[in-house]
Amino acid sequence: MIWNPNKECMSTDEMRALQGRRLHKIVKYVYHNVPFYRNKLQKMDVTPDDIRNIEDIHKLPFTTKQDLRDNYPYGLQAAPKSEIIRVHASSGTTGNPTIVGYTRKDIEVWSECMTRCLTAYGVSRDDTFSVAYGYGLFTGGLGAHYGVENLGAAVVPTSTGNTEKHVRLIRDLGITGIACTPSYALYLAETMDHMGIGKNDIRLRVGAFGAEPWTESMRAEIESRLGLKGFNLYGLSEIMGPCVSYECQEQSGSHICEDHFFPEIIDPDTLEPLPYGQVGELVFTTLTKEGMPLLRYRTKDLCSLMNDTCPCGRTSVRMGRILGRSDDMLIIRGINVFPSQVESVVLSMPEFAPRYLLVIDRVNNLDTLQVQVEVRQDYFTEQFDTLGALGTLEKKLADKLKSVLSISAKVQLKAPGTIERSQGKSKFVLDKRQLK
Amino acid sequence: MTINQLSIFIENKQGTLLQVLDLLKKAGIQLIATNLADTVEYGILRIICSDPQKAYEALKGEGVAVAMTEVFAVEIDNEAGRGADAIASFVNKGVSIAYLYSFIVDGKGILIFRTDNPELAAEAISNDGLCTLTEQDLSSLV
Repeated sequence: MIWNPNKECMSTDEMRALQGRRLHKIVKYVYHNVPFYRNKLQKMDVTPDDIRNIEDIHKLPFTTKQDLRDNYPYGLQAAPKSEIIRVHASSGTTGNPTIVGYTRKDIEVWSECMTRCLTAYGVSRDDTFSVAYGYGLFTGGLGAHYGVENLGAAVVPTSTGNTEKHVRLIRDLGITGIACTPSYALYLAETMDHMGIGKNDIRLRVGAFGAEPWTESMRAEIESRLGLKGFNLYGLSEIMGPCVSYECQEQSGSHICEDHFFPEIIDPDTLEPLPYGQVGELVFTTLTKEGMPLLRYRTKDLCSLMNDTCPCGRTSVRMGRILGRSDDMLIIRGINVFPSQVESVVLSMPEFAPRYLLVIDRVNNLDTLQVQVEVRQDYFTEQFDTLGALGTLEKKLADKLKSVLSISAKVQLKAPGTIERSQGKSKFVLDKRQLK
Repeated sequence: MTINQLSIFIENKQGTLLQVLDLLKKAGIQLIATNLADTVEYGILRIICSDPQKAYEALKGEGVAVAMTEVFAVEIDNEAGRGADAIASFVNKGVSIAYLYSFIVDGKGILIFRTDNPELAAEAISNDGLCTLTEQDLSSLV
């Protein structure tokens, strides 16, 4: 099934023309409403009238996460405050979260695009659908939730945590669809094993998985253990949230809702656009967003774009699997974590040497984060002569990390000089997860 | 009334204890009493030794996380119940003991302990006529 054939199956020529019109409009809109963009465009000697076709997008400046941080909280907001009806926040690199405000129309577009995703997965109004992304500042929970409601299926807002209860609901309510991170899906399977509930006891048939990188072998494992078909769901809060692209039944790349989010692939070093099929950094321009429209936002995700025809009938450009990042961002339990966030916390505590190691692993299908820090020799005084005092110190760091990262980290105290250094420069991250 | 003890942060893995002891050996330090408190990942090694200042400098110079801490060394008769009596003096005064270890030398029991309220502990010692050892007393043992 296709939710919106008018848009999803539009001829390429028509789509490019629509995108061109929308691009002109959005550039005009930010030019008049966002001083940040007006200054940038004026410096480049570009006016909204120079942007007539979608090809003109190359004349526009890029936007980065750093720009969002520098303009915290509302500097890139284009709509007046009275028009904003929802605010989400994602983690930032220096303690400043990224704030995204949505107008009523933005929420409608989001729901519409999310509904396209669900329909492509084969979800209909007859389904009962569990949304097991976190509800809250993170866009996953509410984003998927609105899509399910818009479609007319019954949404069960299970969120994360209390997995045993979740399993019982899946069984007892005959839940047929689920949206969550792929690692949580595996954890769910694990929990079912412990509870003695098999895939034949449940009726799950569709999974919408995203918010963290995953692989074909993970897909195969999830599908065989939960007895469902798993589909990729891609999104990022700066652009909208989950709904930006989705797999269809063909599962050959993810269709982008390109009437709303225009994709480009660039060389992350030269910033030059790359042709279809080549791997580079994914860049999005929001074509219709009112709250916080972004021009050429650099996602830092590495992938390629495909424009060949998909047998499903949709004509939209598709993106391949995310192959990595062009920066050092880590995705742990679906949450974005930058080593620099950990660094800023460690540096703020004089008890520790300015050196750390993040050890990321996957235990029982759940990501674990351990932060190793060195006790600083000068600070190891009489007051730390008890295990209680050291435990309190550990907890102080763990609490600070939790408030900055939004996920809990296990702190491990190390003796001075014991964290490995390579050629005088510290290696900050040890990712032991096998995502092959 | 207190004596100096070395408190050393060490990781709970093979070889770390020996590293520290080897450094003390090189510095010619003689150990009088030791205590090791451990967690899964790390521990605190506490040492009473012949020359705490020299030992402290030797370890510090090698980058070891070492602190000089003040602890009480109380001498008690080597008889059943004397330990309880001594601790009762402190508890009755409202003094909490953070940690304690003991050894026997020359027919006398020695209790080494740390408290968060040294003044109150000193008062208890004076009031109840308990005998404390000085560093000189201890170095005469080696």
